[in-house]
Amino acid sequence: MDFKKLLRRNETALIIAIVLLSVIIGAKSPEFYSLANLFDIFRSSFVQLLFALGVLVVIISGGIDVSFPVVGIFSGYSAVVLMKHFDWNPGNVSLPIALAIVIGVILGALNSIAIASFGIPTLIATLGTSGIFRGIMLTFIGSSFISDIPAALDKFATADLLKIQPAEGTLARLHVLIIPVVIITILVSLMLNRTMFGRSVYALGGGVEATRRLGISIKRTQAKVYMFVGGISGLAGILYVSLQRKANPYDLYGSELDIIAAVVLGGASIMGGYGTVFGTVLGVLLISLIKGNLILLGVSGSWQRAAIGALLLIGITVQAINESKKAKNRRVSTSDEVAG
Amino acid sequence: MSTLLTAEYGVENIVKSFGGAKALSGVSLSVKSGEVHCIAGENGSGKSTLIKIMSGVHAPDTGLIRLGDKSFTKLSPREAVHEGVQVIFQDFSLLPNLSVAENIAIPTYISENSRFFSKSKTKEIAANALDLIGVDIDINASVTDISIASKQLIAIARATNQGVKMLFMDEPTTALTRKEIKHLFEVVEQLKERGVATIFVSHKIDEIQEICNTITILRNGEVVADGIMRDFKRDSISEAMTGLNVSETRIAPPLKKASTKVIEVRNLITKPTFLDISFSIAPGEILGITGLLGSGRTELAEAIFGQYPIDSGEVIVEGESIRLNSSPAALKAGIGYVPPDRLTQGLFLEQSILRNLVAVGVDQYQSRGKRLSKKRLAEAGEKWIKDLRIKTKNSLNPVTSLSGGNQQRVVLAKWLAMNPKLMILNGPTVGVDIGSKREILEIIRDRAQEGMGFLVVSDDIPELIQICHRVLVIKNGQISKEFNESELDEEVLYKELS
Repeated sequence: MDFKKLLRRNETALIIAIVLLSVIIGAKSPEFYSLANLFDIFRSSFVQLLFALGVLVVIISGGIDVSFPVVGIFSGYSAVVLMKHFDWNPGNVSLPIALAIVIGVILGALNSIAIASFGIPTLIATLGTSGIFRGIMLTFIGSSFISDIPAALDKFATADLLKIQPAEGTLARLHVLIIPVVIITILVSLMLNRTMFGRSVYALGGGVEATRRLGISIKRTQAKVYMFVGGISGLAGILYVSLQRKANPYDLYGSELDIIAAVVLGGASIMGGYGTVFGTVLGVLLISLIKGNLILLGVSGSWQRAAIGALLLIGITVQAINESKKAKNRRVSTSDEVAG
Repeated sequence: MSTLLTAEYGVENIVKSFGGAKALSGVSLSVKSGEVHCIAGENGSGKSTLIKIMSGVHAPDTGLIRLGDKSFTKLSPREAVHEGVQVIFQDFSLLPNLSVAENIAIPTYISENSRFFSKSKTKEIAANALDLIGVDIDINASVTDISIASKQLIAIARATNQGVKMLFMDEPTTALTRKEIKHLFEVVEQLKERGVATIFVSHKIDEIQEICNTITILRNGEVVADGIMRDFKRDSISEAMTGLNVSETRIAPPLKKASTKVIEVRNLITKPTFLDISFSIAPGEILGITGLLGSGRTELAEAIFGQYPIDSGEVIVEGESIRLNSSPAALKAGIGYVPPDRLTQGLFLEQSILRNLVAVGVDQYQSRGKRLSKKRLAEAGEKWIKDLRIKTKNSLNPVTSLSGGNQQRVVLAKWLAMNPKLMILNGPTVGVDIGSKREILEIIRDRAQEGMGFLVVSDDIPELIQICHRVLVIKNGQISKEFNESELDEEVLYKELS
């Protein structure tokens, strides 16, 4: 790949943005450059990244899912409620994680039915189900804050892979989740690039009719996509509960802005068909950086949301501009072809 | 190979109705492997229904589909593919976001039922498929970045790769240049040698005559003529298709001497698209502009209408220089523009025929108080439907309910309603059948006689010869030659083009 192409890639722009922002923040407050802060950024990115990977797959398929935060907290909260109700107290976190994933997949399947079977536009379908899921959770499962979550989940919050005490400053803790999250990230990338399901997702985002004529089942692909988002959101939800050490059914609501912004900034086309896991990882890091550290620049919390909203719009605008530039280049290049 | 050589594909006595309307009433046809068969017919003659039945999209009411030694009373799309039936759709059904290699190879993975996907295997499959039809295209390129002709070849490579025995090509040459058409025909010849039965659907009679061995002509869902291509003359094909005696003689009206010009274009430059283009059009004159795809002919039409940037130059309408790069200014000066892609650029497809007819210059129908007068709108709409012989039962039906030729008339009417001084028509009869084409050209002629100036941009040389007073050939952004009325000749024009 030549240098010019590399420069034009979305990932390159993101890396530049991340470095630039780090330099600015670091110049103003040197404590930014600490291992502890780096590990904190990671920690706050785990859940975001899992959600984002789910959203990435939906966006590539040409759809959108706005129900994932509700699916996440529904799954995490319900798993905790179930465990407390039946007094399950396992020694490790595999049971709650499995429970949450199963619940997430079931909710995702309901989205699949709305979208694949009834053909409801994805935004409307998931907007509708997110209202329904939230209502069901608050009415039938519970609406109260649970602070004494099962011991295994609570303990997992402080399961550190590494603890490094620098000569001065705060203790840097790298959470053990880094390993599974990296593995899942790689697996999602492999799924998108090395399986027929993954290629079908790209195909679907490129054009429904052409995909159907290739012999790919639209309904089956869509159904799998929304069940996948459901499952990964369930996982993200229970990990969120564990890391927070409390289960609050009102949490995560509204976090779709951050996640969708991260995925779109990562280069996934909102029209479908394009997007990479690497771009999404960078997008999530950028958003985490803004959320966690803009405050060091003296930017207040309420402005962070505006900043992320603005970034989302900038990301989409850049996509639109690139698209029209490409279209223009194509015309000129066909003229050249004949001329030459 | 030997079984392929003797195999026959076709249908027997196919009847198909849609909600009471008979689309096909007892159609039979047969194609042998290694043969190129033409299905000719106007829009609505049943061509597309027949393709859909043979490829398993629709089931026939009665009749048989024969594929080699197997017979089917109905066929699923999957069975059709399994028996080697492939269709090259007009849009090629390619995925723009995937690579050339992926577009070719994905069906192979699907037929193998494989779960995994390998980049190297994909490239291998694609390279082999392209090799097989003797085509050289970068398999790593994204489909967005390649020409229409290449897209078509990719679609053919993909079909071949799926073990094609019978290949449908639905109007394959519509968007191709002469050179590309030649290349396509070479590929078709290769398929022929490999024993593929090809069914070629087209409006363009000279192409049909060039490539096809046998022909079936459909009209109103019936076979009106079939046989060996050699036995058909140009006129007999169009007569069979339309049921009318449509001649292609010149219909351009005599040009009155005029001292004024409707439009003068002086030294138009936009690098690298045009390098210094100048011409003028007199009242009542029909000027043709032709050139290969990518020569700048479409851009020139758009530029005069203010939709393609002009770096320098002058456009003068009736003596007054107009502001460049602004379609409102062009409109105001009295220039009308009918784009080539009427489906996306010229029509509000879901809206009613009436609303489309009055969409341009809707201000004319205001009553006092700036409100639109429904009565005046309806009157104007009905007048246009009558004047342009638009075939519809109800002007409130959506435009999509009309055939291609009638849709094009709606676009024309929409602009004629403004009574422009200069009308730019870009590909006025693309995708329009012969009967309608004739009528559209007649509409142009009648308006020209009333003094309207026309700029007709087209790659249909016979059409330009039929209607134009003068033809300019554009090459590499410049006017390479101008042909006067007496110099208009198909052979000469084609020669100048290539």
